[in-house]
Amino acid sequence: MSMRQIWVAFFTIVTKEIRRFMRIWPQTLLPPSITMTMYFIIFGNLIGARVGEMDGVPYIDYIVPGLIMMSVITNSYSNVASSFFSNKFQRSVEEMVVSPMPDWVILLGFIVGGVARGLAVGAIVTGVSLFFTDVQVHHPFLTMLVVLMTAVLFSIGGFINSLLAKKFDDISIVPIFVLTPLTYLGGVFYSINTLPELWQNISMINPILYMVNTFRYGILGVSDIDAGGAIAAISMFIVVFYILALWLLKRGQGIRS
Amino acid sequence: MAEPALSIRGLTKVYGNDFHALKGIDLNVPQGDFFALLGPNGAGKSTTLGIVCSLVNKTAGQVKVFGVDIDTNFSLAKYHLGVVPQEFNFNQFEKVYDIVLTQAGYYGMPMREARPRARQLLEDLGLWDKRDNVARMLSGGMKRRLMIARALIHRPKLLILDEPTAGVDIELRRSMWEYMRRINREEGTTIILTTHYLEEAENLCRNIAIINHGEIVKNTTMRELLAELDTETFILDVSGPVEALPDIEGLERVAHDDSQLQLSVKKGQRLNDVFKALNDAHVDVVSMRNRANRLEELFVNLVAEQNQAGEIRS
Repeated sequence: MSMRQIWVAFFTIVTKEIRRFMRIWPQTLLPPSITMTMYFIIFGNLIGARVGEMDGVPYIDYIVPGLIMMSVITNSYSNVASSFFSNKFQRSVEEMVVSPMPDWVILLGFIVGGVARGLAVGAIVTGVSLFFTDVQVHHPFLTMLVVLMTAVLFSIGGFINSLLAKKFDDISIVPIFVLTPLTYLGGVFYSINTLPELWQNISMINPILYMVNTFRYGILGVSDIDAGGAIAAISMFIVVFYILALWLLKRGQGIRS
Repeated sequence: MAEPALSIRGLTKVYGNDFHALKGIDLNVPQGDFFALLGPNGAGKSTTLGIVCSLVNKTAGQVKVFGVDIDTNFSLAKYHLGVVPQEFNFNQFEKVYDIVLTQAGYYGMPMREARPRARQLLEDLGLWDKRDNVARMLSGGMKRRLMIARALIHRPKLLILDEPTAGVDIELRRSMWEYMRRINREEGTTIILTTHYLEEAENLCRNIAIINHGEIVKNTTMRELLAELDTETFILDVSGPVEALPDIEGLERVAHDDSQLQLSVKKGQRLNDVFKALNDAHVDVVSMRNRANRLEELFVNLVAEQNQAGEIRS
């Protein structure tokens, strides 16, 4: 395929993916805004008022970046996982497999679709948070970079999950049993400084902690960890996951017999 | 000499459970051909076609599409192919028009070029009025035609039809035959067809291969294959019950029907003699037809022979 044809094919997947989550907005865009409003009211206003400050900032301001990041992670992941798996389930994935599109175009198209939903939900949650507090972004570039990289990483994760999944249950196992615990324990609601040393050390092996804290640093200017190291770690994860996803796709894992 | 539209050499497929679906088959489909690939269920037809269009990974062998080896430039080889699979494989919740346009996009066709082409195909296949319907609302025949429109959107040079008329009523089947004949004749599209309706293969195809247990057991022209028939069986409708059957070789009663006789005619046997004997016996023949499709008889015999040979070998 020529570069122009590749661009058309890539654009086709991306627009199809964006249209998909926009069309089913009551399932994709509405639930996070409702859930996050509840978090802001209950944890931010009601409980947060009694908590006082966390790492020197009001509790509601502390949890806003964490909740935005949590929404971005779950939405980018589940967008790609459910969309690609439903393509597999209905066998419409064969439309792509028989076409001359290179595998990397298919992968990249779904990643961009997942990133688009992650960022759309992230923007909605940010909008909701403005009803409860003022969000001042201290480092706009770093903030955008880390949220974008996180969305990319979890979109690839969702893609790998959908390739390996054999039934619909398989695409909810990782979000429920891996992503949710890691996110909740990844410093969304608390600073790891509040933990005993042992648990602080254990928390340091949680990759989501680095993403949440780097994002928080971008917005609030406070963090538990080093932002540069976190960006390097996320980059490395992206490269490893991307290579793995492309390899699985090339060998036709879960697609070809 | 022009490269064949499809050239297969030593194609082998062994599935994980050690099932040898293809045992090193060779096949050549010339450009412009209308080719039938026949075989009983599980013979290896869909595996062969699946490998050609990359839905199945091959174990060994070589596949070339218009001279392009799928191992060296699968992308270009796939560009020449249009595929109509056996099972419905589109998103049931998408609209008919969108399904065809999306496929065009996957082939890198810009929308300004794809829209008129999609309209033309949907009109030709009687689906234009249904363009805004979601696919799951279509009848079985419409879904099959949708897959044909989708496969043709990028003007493939080789169209693979895996049982395209399964579950389609007779009238629609005939209109689909006409359409396939037209694209083969007028646009020069090479067509490979698998079907369980052997009448379909006999009507449409010039060349034929029969596959059984992962091996090609016959690969010849339709004309030569049909010439191999040494007996044809006819059903004669007679005006009333026949008391005494005239002594004609190959003539017998049809069970459960007094007004029908069955006549097996050997190659070279004169029908005039048969009818004279019937006339002398005052048997009034009202009409006459083939008992079964001619190809069907050959096919059943060939497969049975091969199965028997297999049993003896094992």
